[in-house]
Amino acid sequence: MKTFFVVLGASIAFFLTVAMFGTAGWERPPLATTQNGFRGTGMDQIHTREAVAEARAANAAPAPAEPAEEGGDLAGQTYENVKVLSGLTTNEFNRLMVSMTEWVAPEQGCTYCHNTENMADDSLYQKRVARRMLQMTQHINSDWKANHVGGTGVTCYTCHRGQPVPANIWFTDPGPARPGGFIARNNGQNLAKPSVGLASLPYDTLTEYLADKSIDNSAIRVNATTALPTSKGKPIQDAEKTFGLMIHMAEGLGVNCTFCHNTRAVADWSQSTPQRTTAWHGIRMVRDINGNFMEPLTSTFPRNRLGTLGDVPKVNCTTCHNGQSKPLNGVPVVDAYPALTKVTVADGAKAPEAAPAQVPAVPGTPAAPSAPQP
Amino acid sequence: MAMLSFERKYRVRGGTLVGGDLFDFWVGPFYVGFFGVTTLFFSVLGTALIIYGAALGPTWNIWQINIAPPDIKYGLALAPLKEGGLWQIITFCAVGAFSSWALREVEICRKLGIGYHVPFAFSVAIFAYVALVVIRPFLMGAWGYGFPYGILSHLDWVSNTGYQYLHFHYNPAHMLAVTFFFTTTLALSLHGALILSSTNPGKGEVVKTPEHEDTFFRDTIGYSIGTLGIHRLGLFLALSAGFWSAVCIVISGPFWTRGWPEWWGWWLNLPVWR
Repeated sequence: MKTFFVVLGASIAFFLTVAMFGTAGWERPPLATTQNGFRGTGMDQIHTREAVAEARAANAAPAPAEPAEEGGDLAGQTYENVKVLSGLTTNEFNRLMVSMTEWVAPEQGCTYCHNTENMADDSLYQKRVARRMLQMTQHINSDWKANHVGGTGVTCYTCHRGQPVPANIWFTDPGPARPGGFIARNNGQNLAKPSVGLASLPYDTLTEYLADKSIDNSAIRVNATTALPTSKGKPIQDAEKTFGLMIHMAEGLGVNCTFCHNTRAVADWSQSTPQRTTAWHGIRMVRDINGNFMEPLTSTFPRNRLGTLGDVPKVNCTTCHNGQSKPLNGVPVVDAYPALTKVTVADGAKAPEAAPAQVPAVPGTPAAPSAPQP
Repeated sequence: MAMLSFERKYRVRGGTLVGGDLFDFWVGPFYVGFFGVTTLFFSVLGTALIIYGAALGPTWNIWQINIAPPDIKYGLALAPLKEGGLWQIITFCAVGAFSSWALREVEICRKLGIGYHVPFAFSVAIFAYVALVVIRPFLMGAWGYGFPYGILSHLDWVSNTGYQYLHFHYNPAHMLAVTFFFTTTLALSLHGALILSSTNPGKGEVVKTPEHEDTFFRDTIGYSIGTLGIHRLGLFLALSAGFWSAVCIVISGPFWTRGWPEWWGWWLNLPVWR
């Protein structure tokens, strides 16, 4: 009997060891690292050279289409029912339509959105969504240019990557149904979900922090700002939610915490890197996109495109970034498509608030009392 | 300092590793030996350089003095003295001093004709330090990954280096190391308490023997590891703590660059329950 258990234990240990070494995804030098703090502070981004090369290859930006011929009629005159891009020349309009097909539905082609018998027909939901997405792209490239996307900008491809439904979208995660028993409630955590990098942290942190269109609500800060408590502080569960969001952001951007923070004082702007400001605006941009562009499309999408709770597919940092701090290797993708860089139609469905009203001008500068201290 | 009466017979010539009889002498109670001289050399030079480095810095505040390693861009080359070169020389001196001290312990063991357990144990501590400032930087390709020499600055380094892997408590080797550190203190406190309890009996009682000590643990937990065994266990626990500490940092970077929570995917994906 004893021998049996010794052999059994040894076999289990052996197979676990083999599985651990073989399937954990261990990496090895050489590394490709960048230093983004004073020497010796440990503020470094750590990657293997192999992983960096793979990420570059997997995030290649598509070559822009050949420029359209100058001149000619406007698309709004040539075609019927052109609402967002009516000010483009017909040539430029068609060029953009072809590019959109390549970006979003290269296999399905024009018919993914259009009724080919009548291209003006709005009966396909894909077309109605696409129109709204064009407005969203224009909004991102103009109103979020200064604070987040810069001159690089975004096109449909930044998220879609040649797929009608972008790979990195998310839905509210209601967690497992728990009828009762010993673990009647899991407090929304401890499920090792990919949304929080397999940590035990709350797995549905994005719903609270990235889905609200009031972009300055739902502050994620949990650190006290005074040495001694002056009121009841935030509970530790809030800190864990913030941690979960931070893990999402780090993994979405393929960076670690020290890309933005000097972790000796994570909350202190004066010790943070400039990237933290961009990320601060990025959180608000995602809220804007989800709240003002995605959420209103809930009734436009068919049920099979919605989440288990009937919620609309939403974006997060990974949707564009896909594991890189600068999406698509930082290539300025929107230069070749000026039509996507300005809002061309006063937004029919209620204009989302423009750039955030209150931002820290310079990290480290204490914001005005009414401003959200990020 | 006078020699204790029984010490004289141990002060014998021989047992040296290097230098023959040249440094085979004592200064007061201290054995010197070749490695005593090198220990002194490296520690005096290293300490002087630390003070020089502090003098170059902006503060004499003992908490804030910081002698940082070079920028990553210098790779494994030498850096300018005031931009990390000092750190490199101090690291060299530290490794030299620690190793010399261990080898001096070896020579003393040889003189006494005892086992090498003490220098071996100290070597594990040296290994943990060398893992941090030599092995891991070498594997990662730059001395800049070593930790800075400063009371607060090295803590900042620990914090940031931990957060490079998003949540360091998920590092499996860190888990082992922490467990061994706690278990070491538990074992030492149990052992210390047990010895003191049997040597401090109640008034009028005689001092108790190891049989009493063994019986105490047999009665409480059904097993006593014994008088020699507890020291073997203590050494094992303590060395394991240091060893796994070294492992946990050497794998962070060279062999794992992502968040440590993600590492546990292999466990979640075992064919048994995936």
